[in-house]
Order: sequence, then structure tokens, then C-alpha cells
Amino acid sequence: MDTLILSRIQFGANISFHILFPTITIALGWALLFFKLRFNATRDESWMDLYRFWVKVFALSFGMGVVSGITMSFQFGTNWPGFMEAVGNVAGPLLAYEVLTAFFLEAAFLGIMLFGWRRVPDWVHTTATVLVAFGTTLSAFWILVLNSWMHTPAGYELRDGVVYATDWWAIIFNPSMPYRLAHVLLASGLTVAFLIAGLSAFRWLIGDRAAAVRKGLTFGMWLGAILIPIQILAGDMHGLNTLEHQPAKVAAMEGNWETRGNVPLLLFAIPDEEARTNHFEIGIPSMASVILKHSPSGVVPGLNDFVAEDGTPMHPPVAPVFWSFRVMVATGMAMLAVSWFTVWSMRRGRGVEALPKVVLLVLVAMTFSGWLATLAGWYTTEIGRQPWLVTGVLTTAQAVADVPAGMVLSTLLGYLGIYAILTLAYVGVLFHLARKAAKGELLPERPKSAAAIAVVTPAE
Amino acid sequence: MLDHLALTFADPGLYLPFVFAGLMGVAILIYVVFDGFDLGVGLLTPLATGAEKDRMIASIGPFWDANETWLVLAVGILLVAFPSAHGAILTALYLPVAMMLTGLILRGVSFELRAKAPAAQKRLWNGAFFLGSLMASLSQGYMLGMYIMGLDSTPFHIAFACLTAVFLTVGYSFIGAAWLILKTEGALQWKAIGWARGGIWGLVLGMGAISAASPLVSDRIWSKWFSFPELLWLAPLPILSGLLLVLLWRSLYALPRTDDRGAMAPFAYGTALFTLAFLGLAYSFYPFVVPEKLTIYEAASAPESLWIILIGTLIVLPMILAYTALAYWVFRGKATDLKYY
Ligand code: HDD
Ligand code: HEM
Ligand code: HEM
Repeated sequence: MDTLILSRIQFGANISFHILFPTITIALGWALLFFKLRFNATRDESWMDLYRFWVKVFALSFGMGVVSGITMSFQFGTNWPGFMEAVGNVAGPLLAYEVLTAFFLEAAFLGIMLFGWRRVPDWVHTTATVLVAFGTTLSAFWILVLNSWMHTPAGYELRDGVVYATDWWAIIFNPSMPYRLAHVLLASGLTVAFLIAGLSAFRWLIGDRAAAVRKGLTFGMWLGAILIPIQILAGDMHGLNTLEHQPAKVAAMEGNWETRGNVPLLLFAIPDEEARTNHFEIGIPSMASVILKHSPSGVVPGLNDFVAEDGTPMHPPVAPVFWSFRVMVATGMAMLAVSWFTVWSMRRGRGVEALPKVVLLVLVAMTFSGWLATLAGWYTTEIGRQPWLVTGVLTTAQAVADVPAGMVLSTLLGYLGIYAILTLAYVGVLFHLARKAAKGELLPERPKSAAAIAVVTPAE
Repeated sequence: MLDHLALTFADPGLYLPFVFAGLMGVAILIYVVFDGFDLGVGLLTPLATGAEKDRMIASIGPFWDANETWLVLAVGILLVAFPSAHGAILTALYLPVAMMLTGLILRGVSFELRAKAPAAQKRLWNGAFFLGSLMASLSQGYMLGMYIMGLDSTPFHIAFACLTAVFLTVGYSFIGAAWLILKTEGALQWKAIGWARGGIWGLVLGMGAISAASPLVSDRIWSKWFSFPELLWLAPLPILSGLLLVLLWRSLYALPRTDDRGAMAPFAYGTALFTLAFLGLAYSFYPFVVPEKLTIYEAASAPESLWIILIGTLIVLPMILAYTALAYWVFRGKATDLKYY
């Protein structure tokens, strides 16, 4: 394998590992704020228990997000020097603003948010929590501006192959940015909804009947049930936007080879790039035309339109885009079915008790479904942009570093090994914490007076 | 002379690179001192008992994340202000960068996992915490050495870089010990004083080795150091460093005191020493960003983009400094066990 393909795999591996944690911290920060405000309003200790449990998960996820993010910021220089040389005048300020406005904000107030509750007045702690949650959301904003700009560049001019910014407003609010930002933030909310519901269901199944478990499950499922229809709508609009700006990507997502009307929505197919056709197609007639053009005879672009004179394809590899798109949409549909059914049964019966055991098992199985959909979504988007790194401006091959393939391979294997271990450790620790909480080991003695708080407990 | 200055500052193509090189320098310096002390604390953990480890790690708990952000800022400025230098430096340092990143990852996750994973795994994560700190410190020292040697890998350069790797690691352990003197009390503080006394030698040897080597590898640096009147510019550095070392030595032997006065002194003197060493390096290498190959003026991005960043920086940097100060103030005093609520 050559440096290019290895560097691509390495970049994909690093960012896939990184995104697992931001997807959790972005929405979990706001969820913690919610728990805290509920506790302050009701003085109901179970909100506090919920806070106490999830703040640990937050701290762990945040730490993982930070260190894997530092890896990301070095990747540009080590593996993709051509990227900064060609588009640095746009990418640079965006990254700089992310560091300056978002990273420092999160990092500085994280300490106060995590460990400062008893050291500062309550309103300061609440403010710190708001600022951390705001900071994570802001950093998602900046990095998604850059990523969206790479998909749908605007507000620039090319001089001798180098991009110069001409209109910052157009750069920031580039055509795909609002859709991507909304879709990713919703994805974070859904990931957290299913995470909280899943671990709560796990605690319920192993016999934990604490009020905090009940509240966690209900909170997670309501959040999921509310967000998923919005997400499906946002995804649909995102797809229409992509159809306008990156038709080759949509053609790959739909597995459509010829530009034509009455394109079916394929539920299953095996795209074959050699023969330039699909095998074993199962589809709903004309449905893709209806979704994308709102009419059965609507004409949808096909992959064969994106082939150079000499026969080299100028469209993304079809099978990975086709399949990751289906994984994401299928997960989204499963989320819709499960969250609506759960909320409906809880409302009909007596809350969590009304849930059949199989529903709880499904919830446990879906604890990390948000990760699956998120990764699948990113693979659709990013592989769908190939062969371009910045659409129409810079190809991936032009940006790659001139380092020996062996060096990339050795570091790649190193990273993969560590990521595998750490992901397992992370998932293991979450369930370990849930088990400990179910045994009541995480509950502190409830202090009645300020004096009791001085009791020393081991560092957590 | 004045005309010349006025001209320089009328042309953004000339002063912007200088300003950004300055900003990058500040970010690197803050990183080296701040993450230096928390990496150092990690390096010292094998020397401590189980309960002491908890306390040591608690002393850096609220800060380490913000400290590492300065590294992100430093590499970020390199990336945005000097893109071609960024590519040249980081591809040349490909493997040590990967090792540093691996170290930082191990460290960051062990920090959390040692406390949250099942108790049986705690030793494992303690080990990973130390290992991660060691990998990060060694590779940073190695990169420093390679950078001084002009970024090409002859056996001699690699040997020198290995030497700076060890010295920087000792230097970090020293500043970590100084931090612990400030943040702990009782038996642990005693131990930390011992560690700091032991670490001074590394500091002296390290600064000595780098000072001796820099002029030898580069004629340019040689003439910058040993010609008149430039010599006058540089002279205060060694004199001040010597003075600081004496003060540092005395402060360490005056400790511990029952009233804890002077517990701040070793950390303050250590910071001052790091700063001087850094100024010396910056002076020697200016105007090069890739030693002997690329100056900051050749490597700089388009002025329009640098302006956009500069305006943001001037507004945001004071705020960052303010809330960093707030965080240190909230967690002032001796370290206590970390609690989430
Ligand atoms: C949609 C969200 C998102 C995406 C696509 C990315 N990140 Fe990220 N990143 C975050 C959302 C985020 C976050 C939520 O803000 C994190 C996670 C935990 C944290 O501390 O901040 C973060 C942390 C984080 C850090 C550590 C910050 C610190 O020291 O506090 C760095 C250096 C990066 N990221 C860099 C990157 C780069 C170079 C990316 C792409 C190439 C990237 N991130 C993609
Ligand atoms: C966080 C979610 C993201 C995920 C999971 C992700 C995933 C991927 C994957 C799988 C590829 C490989 C495509 C291929 O080569 O076939 C890729 C390419 C790339 N992406 Fe992303 N990406 C994400 C976000 C971003 C962001 C925010 C940026 C930039 C600001 C970015 C920049 C790039 C670059 C530079 C490449 C080219 C290198 C390559 O082709 O591997 N990505 N990404
Ligand atoms: C079920 C209906 C859904 C539809 C129709 C949909 C649609 C889309 C489309 C068209 C894209 C590609 C955007 C592009 O062309 O660049 C995309 C990307 C993505 N999807 Fe979905 N999606 C759905 C559900 C979900 C769910 C449930 C999640 C996560 C919980 C999710 C997470 C993502 C992410 C993270 C991306 C990549 C970032 C982006 O480009 O927005 N999606 N989605």
C-alpha cells in the first residue's frame, strides 16, 4: 500500500476515534446543566444522583476527546502538508478561532465545572457548566464550518493554485454549513439520549430501582423521541442540499448509475464499479425520485455522468458510500421505532415498570447506536467527497505528505492498537460505573450540614 | 535606524510575521512551563506511595486540560501563520510527533481511567500514566534537540537529541517537583523538596549542553553570540541564569518551613529559568522558523488572513488569560482530594 492510501486510513481512524467523544460531550454538557437546574428547582436528590453519575462519564469522555483532538491538530502537518499550503488562508483562521474562542473556554472552565461545586458560589458553578457546554458546541460550529467549506467552498479566489479569502461571511455560511451543523448537533443529542437510556435500562435490568434510574430512562427516551423526527427531516434537507452541490455523492448514495427519472429507492444492492451496475437490487419503484425531486418522474443524476474522457471515474467509490448511508438511515429508523414505542408504553402504563423486558434489552443493545449512526454518517459524507479534498479545488492525492509508507504504516498500526484498547476500556468503564451505581457504591453519605461535607473521600 | 523601523512597521508583510512568531513563542513558553509541571508530576508518580499518587494527581486535576491547550495553540499558530514551515517541521519530526501524541493520549485517558476503572486495574493505569508522561517528555526533548540541530538526522544529531530528551525530562520533573512543593504539605512536600534538589543538576547540565551546542552547529549563531556589540545583548542571560540558580538552591535548602513561607519560590525561580533559556533560544534562531532554511518572513501566510486572526487574538487572549487566572485562583492553596460535587 502506498503513502496516500495509508495516510487516508490513518486520518479516517484518528478522526473516527476522536468524534466518538465529542458526540457525547457536546450534548451531555447541556444534559448535565438540565439535571443541575432541575435539582436546584426541586431539591429532589435523584436529580443530583443523576448529575453525579453522568458528570463522571462526562469527565472521562472529555478527557478522551481532548487527547484524541490534539492528535487531529498535528495530523494536518504530519500527513497533509499540501492541505494547509493550498487552503491555509481559509482553514487557518477558522482553526485559530476554534482554538481561541472554544478550546480555551472549555478547558479553563472544565476544572471549575468538575471539581468546583463546593469551592465557588452555586451561580458560578452553573455559569461554568453553561460555558463548558457552550464551548463544546462552539468548537463543533467552527470545525463544521471548515468541514462544510471543504465540501461546498465559497467566498474565495484561486491564485496560482492557492486559495485566498475574499468574503468571510460567504466562507462561514457556505451552502452546506447550516444543514451539517444542525444534523451533527442533533446527532449528538440522539447519541446522548440513547446512551443515558441504555445505561439506565441496564441498571434497571440488574435490579436497580433507584429514582435516578427511572428519571434517566424517561429523560433519554423523551429526548430521543423528540429529536429523531427532527433529525430525519434535517437529514432529508441535507440530502437535497447535497444533490444541488455534490450530485456525484448523491448518485453514489442512491447507487444510481444512469441519469434518469423514476429512480427506485434501493433497500439492498451490491454496487459493482467494474461492470458499472448493481447486483441483487431490491427497491421501492420511483421512491428515490420522489424523495429527491418530489415527483415520480423526477430526473436524478447518475454516476456515469462523472467519468473523465479517458475513463477515470471522478465520482467517489460507490459501495462504501452506498452502504454507510444505509447503515445510518436504518439506525435512525430503529431509533424512531424504539423511542416512540418506549415513550408510548410508558405513558400508557405506569412508567418504566410498564416496559416489557425485551424493550429494556433492546435499549441496552442500542446504548451506543448513536456512535454507529454518527460514524456511518461521516463515512457517507467524507468518502462521498472523494476524490476531492476540497471540492473542485484540491484533490486528496495533491495534499498528501511525502513520508515513507513504512513510517505511516507503523504509526497507523500503533494508533489502531491503542484505539481498540481504549474504546474497549471506555465502554467497559461505563458499564462498570453503572454496576457500581446499581450497588449503591457511588452514592455518598448524604450530608445534612455543610460541616459533613469536609469528610475526606478518596479521589474519584 | 528610526526610518528603517518606521518602514518595517508600515509594512504588514514585515511586522505581522514578527508578531505571530512572538505569539507562538509565548504559547510555547507557557506550554513548556505549565504542561511541564503536570508532565513532571506524572514522571514523579513512581516515586510516591498509592495515597500520595492520588494527591499528586489531584494537584493537577483541574489544570492539565487547559495546559495542553497551549500546545494546540502553539501548533495552531505554526499551522496558520507559517503553513510551509509547519509542513516541513512536522514531516521531518514524524515519528517523535507520533510518539508524543501516543504519550499524551495514554496520559490523558489514564488520568480518568485510574480512578474509574475497576480497582484491580488501577495499577495498570497508574503505570500508563507514568509511561505516557515519559513518552511525551522524551519526545518533546528529542524534537527540541533535532530542531536545534537543523532537523536533519545524522547519527551525531540523533545522539545530541537523545541527550536533550533526557535533560528536558529531568527539567520537567524538576518543575513538577517545584509545583508539588507549592501544592502539598507534610511528608509529600518533604519528598518533593528532595526531588527538586535532585532535579537541579539536570537543569544545569541541560541548559549548559544546549548553550554549548547551538553556536557550534551554526556559524550564524556563533557570530550572533560572540561578536560585539551583540555580545552585550546576550550577556544578561547567563548572568541572570547563574543568579537564579543560586537563589533557587538557597530557597530549596530553606524549605520546608512550618509556616510554609517560600513554598512558592522554587516554582517561581524555575519558571524564570525556563523563560531565560527560552529567550536565549529564540534570540539565536530569529529570524528562522525552520533553522537555516526558512525565515518567518518567507513562510508567513497572506497578510489578509493573518489580520483576521490577529484581531481575534487581541480580543480573546486577555479573556483567556483572565479565566485561566480565575481557575488557578479558585483552586489556590494546597491540593485537596477531587470531588465532583
Ligand atoms: C462535531 C464536532 C467535532 C468535530 C467534527 C471535530 N471536533 Fe475536535 N473537539 C470537539 C468537537 C469536534 C469538542 C466537542 O469541542 C472537543 C471534544 C472534547 C473537548 O474537549 O472538545 C474537541 C476537542 C478537540 C481538541 C482538544 C481541545 C482542547 O485541548 O481542549 C482538538 C485539538 C481538536 N478537537 C481538533 C479537531 C480537529 C483538528 C478536527 C478535524 C479535523 C476535529 N477536532 C473534529
Ligand atoms: C468527525 C467526524 C469525521 C469523520 C468520522 C471523518 C471521517 C473521514 C474519513 C473516513 C475519511 C476518509 C475518506 C477516504 O479517504 O475515503 C476522511 C477524509 C478526510 N476528512 Fe474527514 N471526517 C470527519 C470530519 C472531518 C473534519 C471536521 C475535517 C476537517 C476540518 C475533515 C477533514 C478530512 C480530510 C483532510 C480528509 C482527507 C484525508 C482522507 O481522505 O482520508 N474531516 N474523513
Ligand atoms: C434517518 C434519517 C436520516 C437521513 C435521511 C440522513 C441524511 C443524511 C445525509 C444525506 C447525509 C450526508 C450529507 C452530505 O451529503 O454530506 C448525512 C450525514 C450524516 N448523518 Fe445523517 N441522516 C439520517 C439519520 C441520522 C442519524 C440518526 C444520525 C446520528 C445519530 C446521523 C448522523 C449523521 C452524521 C454525523 C453525518 C455526517 C455529517 C454531515 O454531513 O452532516 N444521521 N445524513
